[in-house]
Amino acid sequence: MNQFSYIRVNQQQAAVDAIRKDKAAMFIAGGTNLTDLMKRGIVSPERLIDINRLPLKEIKAEKNFIRIGALALNSVVAENSLIQKRLPLLVQALNSGASAQIRNMATVGGNMLQRTRCHYFYDTALPCNKRQPGSGCGALEGFNRMHAIFGFSDKCIAVHPSDMSVALMALDATVLVTGPKGERRIPFSDFHRLPGDRPETDTNLQPGELILAVDIPDAPFAQYAHYLKVRERASYAFALVSVAAALHIEKNVIREARLAMGGVAHKPWRLTEAEKYLAGKAVSETNFTEAAKIAMQGAKAFKHNAFKLKLGPNSIVQALKTASKLS
Amino acid sequence: MSRLIFDKVIGDPMNRVDGRMKVTGAAKYSAEYALPGLVHGVIISSTIAKGRIKAIDSKAALSAPGVLAVISHENAIKVPGFADNEHPTEPPTGGQPLRAFYDNKVYSNGQPVAMVVADTLERARYAARLVKIQYNEDKHKTDFDTNKAQSVLPSQAKKNPKSPLADYTRGVKDGYKTAPVKLELEYIQPTEVHNPMELQAITAFWEAEDKLTVYDKVQGTKPTQQAFAKEWKLPVQNVRVISEFVGGAFGNGLHNWPHETAAIIAAKMLDRPIRLMLTREQMFFMVGYRPYTWQKIGIGASPDGKILGITHESIGQTSSYEEFTESTLQQTRMMYTSPNVSTVYRLLPLDVSTPIWMRGPGEATGAFALESAMDEIAFALNIDPVEFRLMNHTDTDPDKKLPWSTKYLKECIQTGAEKIGWKDRALKPGTVRSGEWLIGFGMGVGTFGAHRGAAAVRAKLMANGSILFQSAVTDIGPGTGTAMVQIASEHIGIPPEKITFQLGNSDFPQAPNQGGSAIVATVGSAVVAACTHIKEKLLTMAAASEKRFTGVKMEDVLFDKGELSLAKSPSVKMSYIDILKKQKLTELDIIQDSKPGEEGSKYSKYSFSVHFVKVMVHPVTGRVKVDKVVSCIDAGTIINKKTAANQIIGGVTGGIGMALQEAAVMDHRFGRYVTKDFADYHVPVHADVPKVEVYFTDKPDYIVDPMGTKGLGEIAIIGVAPAIANAVFNATGKRIRELPITPDKLI
Repeated sequence: MNQFSYIRVNQQQAAVDAIRKDKAAMFIAGGTNLTDLMKRGIVSPERLIDINRLPLKEIKAEKNFIRIGALALNSVVAENSLIQKRLPLLVQALNSGASAQIRNMATVGGNMLQRTRCHYFYDTALPCNKRQPGSGCGALEGFNRMHAIFGFSDKCIAVHPSDMSVALMALDATVLVTGPKGERRIPFSDFHRLPGDRPETDTNLQPGELILAVDIPDAPFAQYAHYLKVRERASYAFALVSVAAALHIEKNVIREARLAMGGVAHKPWRLTEAEKYLAGKAVSETNFTEAAKIAMQGAKAFKHNAFKLKLGPNSIVQALKTASKLS
Repeated sequence: MSRLIFDKVIGDPMNRVDGRMKVTGAAKYSAEYALPGLVHGVIISSTIAKGRIKAIDSKAALSAPGVLAVISHENAIKVPGFADNEHPTEPPTGGQPLRAFYDNKVYSNGQPVAMVVADTLERARYAARLVKIQYNEDKHKTDFDTNKAQSVLPSQAKKNPKSPLADYTRGVKDGYKTAPVKLELEYIQPTEVHNPMELQAITAFWEAEDKLTVYDKVQGTKPTQQAFAKEWKLPVQNVRVISEFVGGAFGNGLHNWPHETAAIIAAKMLDRPIRLMLTREQMFFMVGYRPYTWQKIGIGASPDGKILGITHESIGQTSSYEEFTESTLQQTRMMYTSPNVSTVYRLLPLDVSTPIWMRGPGEATGAFALESAMDEIAFALNIDPVEFRLMNHTDTDPDKKLPWSTKYLKECIQTGAEKIGWKDRALKPGTVRSGEWLIGFGMGVGTFGAHRGAAAVRAKLMANGSILFQSAVTDIGPGTGTAMVQIASEHIGIPPEKITFQLGNSDFPQAPNQGGSAIVATVGSAVVAACTHIKEKLLTMAAASEKRFTGVKMEDVLFDKGELSLAKSPSVKMSYIDILKKQKLTELDIIQDSKPGEEGSKYSKYSFSVHFVKVMVHPVTGRVKVDKVVSCIDAGTIINKKTAANQIIGGVTGGIGMALQEAAVMDHRFGRYVTKDFADYHVPVHADVPKVEVYFTDKPDYIVDPMGTKGLGEIAIIGVAPAIANAVFNATGKRIRELPITPDKLI
């Protein structure tokens, strides 16, 4: 870990001003990922701006949406009665992430901004374009069991590790941010980005921007929703593949479907074509299987992750079955 | 013999004598000794797998705040023992252990190549990142599969054809080949890394020019004392090794590693006490691991289920500089009645660090192959695997051709089958469901030699009737101190709360490494001998002041509740306190040694275990849940049912990790592990471990030792992985021969 200075801010504007002045500064909230990265020498901010005291922790029902403050803790969100009642998908996703201790520290904004768990990103002795642009992608020809099957580039095949973000993607959330140019809203599907030629950049946040809240529009998905996370142990493991499935079902007919996957791409992966296919279809395993087939179009595996081409569709079907109470 | 007293002390599920210290933080581990003037070391590890260090630029590090030194082969003082080019200790391995900061050669990725010393840990860690090292890289070989053909016979076997590592044949070589039903099967055990909760740590301090003290995380204070005395060419008594508490070791502390010498070098150069603790990542590279092992089993049987031949081949990886060998094949030689048995053991030296025993060690690796193969051929024969094992059970050791000292394996198998609900198992795999889940049952047998070595203990009976014991032995977690207090209480007739057992200090009497499940038998026997010695003295002293004890034999005396009395007229008694008082003694202080007798040559001595497992497999997602485990244990007398069951549960948990999760994966382009933290290298969490039911036969084996115990730490894990693999097969019809059994292999 490098030497750094530390300040604490109490107001939003002060936070934005502080980071604008200092390019080598970073915000810190729960710090569950950032301190790890600093200890391993992967990021070396010269100044940390502690934003934990900003008034951004509220969880509130607005007219057509629920707003979750960026500093609301993962565990607090998962235990909130409003969220439990209206957004069970989000609760399941949150509770499947990390460990109880980490969820007690981690914030919603920080969860969205966590970096990939790619082995090569985490080891400064190995090449990684995300950590050190131009050094090459270690995973491309290396051990890539955990890596992407969608949306990768020859510069980077890492995946985004968040579970919560997969649910937010399926729920069509919007991210509210502020920055040097004032407030703006980013649709969740535009928040994270694909690696392309700039894998070092995970999101479309502009320099100096601060996440204020996540808005989740009201929708009739509470009754039929499931977050399936497939992993090698029962807890505290990143997903091999995960699926967020939310359905609006009336009289055994799917009015609307929402599907997103985790562990398959550089960002939470929305399955729009499969959603379209399912709309108006009956709840049936045949339809789910077809939807999974559509969802997997364009997937491409590497040496060690070919299993995801099968585990992916299997998990989509399983998540849909559980969400629709077919199983 | 004198009647045993406190009949409930042995076996009593007594709480650990040091439990409170451990949970309140009062227990001190090797990195917790805050000596005056303490400085902190951080190891810098190589980032290449083979080559030479070209240049070390430590300018920036040396000018960083608080930095006292950057030590490497360029400036390290010469370690006197290094020049001898020989192994410094009783060898856990053959060859030449890595010499810290000796020259510019790099033998494996992650090798310690330099160390930064600073006034705080944070400053040392920061400065370590500022040291720039350049290498001349050589071509390395780390890939087992592509180099397998270069495996060699261990040099020990080359020198001695009777070595257990040499090729072995009983009956006809490869006799399985002519059997009516035969299978040839290959199994892979990937590298599993030692990751006890406590990281490897040492606090080293030169009290004088020629006097060294280390607080070191080791499994034996005496072997470590010997090693460092030899390494630094010091009189043995000038080296003091203290290891009062060990936060799990599992074999990891059976070898002295380069970082320990690095700390001692730094302490000497700076003339300050130094603390050095490895990082979790460094644990993967420099302190041993269960070696990647390829095995092949050929097994043949008659259609009615008699094994006619087994051939078991094993190739384990080792480093280029040390030959680490383990006993992967022994159980194949003695477990079943087969008339024809051949075993072939080879090593594959690679550009990696040296492996070391890891719980169960080679036997656990070997059992995965043997007990999987047993299941496979039973299936081929359409015979229930429990039946099949009972049909091939042997009542004498077919290898040594000796009777067993004790063997209750049959009872263990029968009890286990009943407790797991084996009758619900379907012979045909993939046919039992519960909702979406497939249900399967499996079992695996484990065995490990019931060893006893030589040891001594000091016993000091105090004027107040309490007693203190001392032994150099360490307690790496099983609850050694607690067991010794119980043994002592039973044999000296003093209640446990008045007994103290001090351990983990090389100033105390001789004890071997804690390893190979031998400590209760070894040190416990010395405790019994010390108690006998004290009791004899007490009786002699009692006779001096009470005539009715004159000429009385030991077996006619009761020693109970701090008093001795005549068995036939208990009102004739004297307390230990009074005896000392009358002799005007403030204490009775003895040192007693103990070693095994001739029994070893007359009997074959083994502990046995059988693990029964019920698993649930989700066929769509490949998830495996271990639903229930029943472990039945033949380990002689159980000294403490709580700590013993605790050991078994821990071993089963390790076995679940071995079967389903653990694998250190190396990227062979770099010869460097890529899964090297707890996010990537999985071990079981609580939610992965179901209720583990433990049953002990609790039948004494007095041939092994006077308490009747046989070791149980190793058999706790041996046989668990194949039991799970067999259960997964029973659930799904999929036979996984390469561990771990992860979801991708089952969909």
